Amino acid sequence: MVPITTIHYLVVAAALFVLGVIGVLTRRNVVVILMSIELILNAVNLNLVAFSRMWGNLHGQVFSIFITVDAAAEAAAGLGILIAFFRNKETVNVDEIDLLKW
Amino acid sequence: MPNMIAIWMPNFIMSYLGSTVTPGEAGSQFWALIYVLIIFAGVSVAVMSMNWLERKALAHFQIRLGPMRVGPHGLLQPIADALKLMLKEDIIPSEADQFVFWVAPLIGLLAAFTVYTVIPFGPSQAVSDMNIGILFMLGVSSLGVLGVVVAGWASNSHYPLIGALRSSAQMVSYEVAMGLAVVSAILMTSLNEKGTGTLSMIGIVRAQEQQGIWFIFKFFPLGLIAFIVFAIAMIAETNRAPFDMAEAESELTAGYHTEYSGLRWSLFMLAEYAAMIAVSSIAVTLWLGGWMRPFVRLLHGPSWDFIFSLFPGLTFLGLAAIAFVGVLRMPAHSFFKIQKIGLEAFGGLLGFIALMLLVIAIAGRSQDPSIGSRLNESIGYIYWFLLKVAVFMYLFIWYRATWPRYRFDQLMRVGWKVLLPISLAVLIVTAIVGVLVA
Amino acid sequence: MNPAMNSALNSGLNSTAGMAPVATPYFFYGLAALAVVSGFLVITRRNVVHSALALIVTLLSVAGLYLMLYAPFVAGVQIIVYAGGIMVLFLFVIMLVNIERSVKERRFNSMWPVGLSAAGALFTLFVFAFAKGRALFPDRMMSLPESSNTQQIATMLYGDAGKIGPYTFAFEIASLLLLVAILGAVIMTKKKI
Repeated sequence: MVPITTIHYLVVAAALFVLGVIGVLTRRNVVVILMSIELILNAVNLNLVAFSRMWGNLHGQVFSIFITVDAAAEAAAGLGILIAFFRNKETVNVDEIDLLKW
Repeated sequence: MPNMIAIWMPNFIMSYLGSTVTPGEAGSQFWALIYVLIIFAGVSVAVMSMNWLERKALAHFQIRLGPMRVGPHGLLQPIADALKLMLKEDIIPSEADQFVFWVAPLIGLLAAFTVYTVIPFGPSQAVSDMNIGILFMLGVSSLGVLGVVVAGWASNSHYPLIGALRSSAQMVSYEVAMGLAVVSAILMTSLNEKGTGTLSMIGIVRAQEQQGIWFIFKFFPLGLIAFIVFAIAMIAETNRAPFDMAEAESELTAGYHTEYSGLRWSLFMLAEYAAMIAVSSIAVTLWLGGWMRPFVRLLHGPSWDFIFSLFPGLTFLGLAAIAFVGVLRMPAHSFFKIQKIGLEAFGGLLGFIALMLLVIAIAGRSQDPSIGSRLNESIGYIYWFLLKVAVFMYLFIWYRATWPRYRFDQLMRVGWKVLLPISLAVLIVTAIVGVLVA
Repeated sequence: MNPAMNSALNSGLNSTAGMAPVATPYFFYGLAALAVVSGFLVITRRNVVHSALALIVTLLSVAGLYLMLYAPFVAGVQIIVYAGGIMVLFLFVIMLVNIERSVKERRFNSMWPVGLSAAGALFTLFVFAFAKGRALFPDRMMSLPESSNTQQIATMLYGDAGKIGPYTFAFEIASLLLLVAILGAVIMTKKKI
């Protein structure tokens, strides 16, 4: 069996990243878009931790903790916006957020 | 071949009893599996007996008798209940989300039971010793809230949804105060010669052993305040009275599990009680010295060790005595004949266990590493740990019988405006005092 | 007493100690497959709660991958912050906003072919880059000291022996970011302040 190296983790992270990008670009529901962003951030975290092991130091892990903090802040603010928006327009679909379109 | 097994078994058991590390650390999957099975069975039995004890104790608090019919003093009541719940019709509401409805109790159960992998019943009596032990425990036990939320949503009904919203808000809020209280205990572990703290559950108890003090008494009253904050947050975490708005039967019928029945409902109950035992174990590990016996610094020496090693046997002897007093107090009517025999048999079993424990305590008195002394030590560790947890279990019942239920806004106020500032203050003061001492 | 067998048994018990994690590749492929499959479910499920549950599975399997990368502290943070905190927040919000309607509606916006092809191009780029740059990555991975992982991360974040660490300032900024996020969320969601 092939030993697991950094490139394996990078491929998994790339797959998660692309799935997240597809979610952000194609879904209509804001909640799913926010969840896709979490997927993207997780893919980045996985990359960082894999590199941290590759180089044998912990800078990557520390960075991934910062990204986790960032994800928590993003989720709180994003869901806050979502609730404020839902209160005004009674919808959670991005393509109905079109007040500035004309 | 029986001959080989006869040689193999004692060697194998001895090699385990002689080990100073947990099965997970030794990399022995076989022992780890046996441990997992023992813990799973033990927790299930503990939950069943807790069920009986809770009904009995609540009844006695209210000057009632409690369950009396099924078995002597209702001792077989949990078994009858379990049988009833398993045979009941398994109703899934037609408007419910089938898959999520099915998976919700499993999430709660999984979260409650996974926590037990790192609970240290003794220095080597744990499935594994993770070096992020307490972080893992807090994380996994916070997954339990997912089961509750998802159950309330999947039922597609009003009361469960409100119960789930209340419960998730409550559990998330109290997790903050709980985590900060835990951090102040972890800070105390770093006050040894090397100056490095630890997150490992076994390491935390070892730190208390080294410093010769339970963390509840450390920097009096800082440890005590942190412990009290944790003890309050822990009741809210497990949705128990007086913080049981999530399942308030008088306002929400039963909260998030209103629509559940039969086996699924019993899985929720199992998860709740397992989570109660788990958080009590965290409290015992962090503040009450884990497996350490009381007065380990004050009353030391072989003779004191021997006296304290008699305690497990004496406890079971006392339980047996209670059973036999119960036999004597039973009415002398022929209806009670079977019940009397049953209670006598139960008392006899308890007495037999007591005898075994006493024999082990006396035989394993010596300090040399024989099976007897190893067994004696292990029993001592597990006994003291479980005794402390049992005290917490009794407190849970006591609270439920004593205090009226909080209102939801009061609960939130206590969580955010009282417990959180107190735990923050304790954390900061502990850090300052720790730096000054070190 | 059979000495040969006895020693074999003893060595059997002892040799497991200090052994490398068993069948690591299988665990890796299992966790990776679980993460990717449930990641796929996250973006395709019609029902948002199903998406959230799938995302929880992804997060937990990524936490498992962290454990395999000698990053237990990051794995613990992943479980406690992501799975226990952020996902509960998500589920909470899903219950507050009405999803009855969105279940019956179209899942994807009208621009989905463009988005899909852009993401496909991105993935092709990734694969191309990995295939080209394969020689850059060493064949063997380092093993980090797992038992002192938390201490080392703490040293980096807070510094050691009176000196501040390389990330102390960034850590303070991160705490400020969280404070701003909390305030923003409260101001946006509260009707009357």
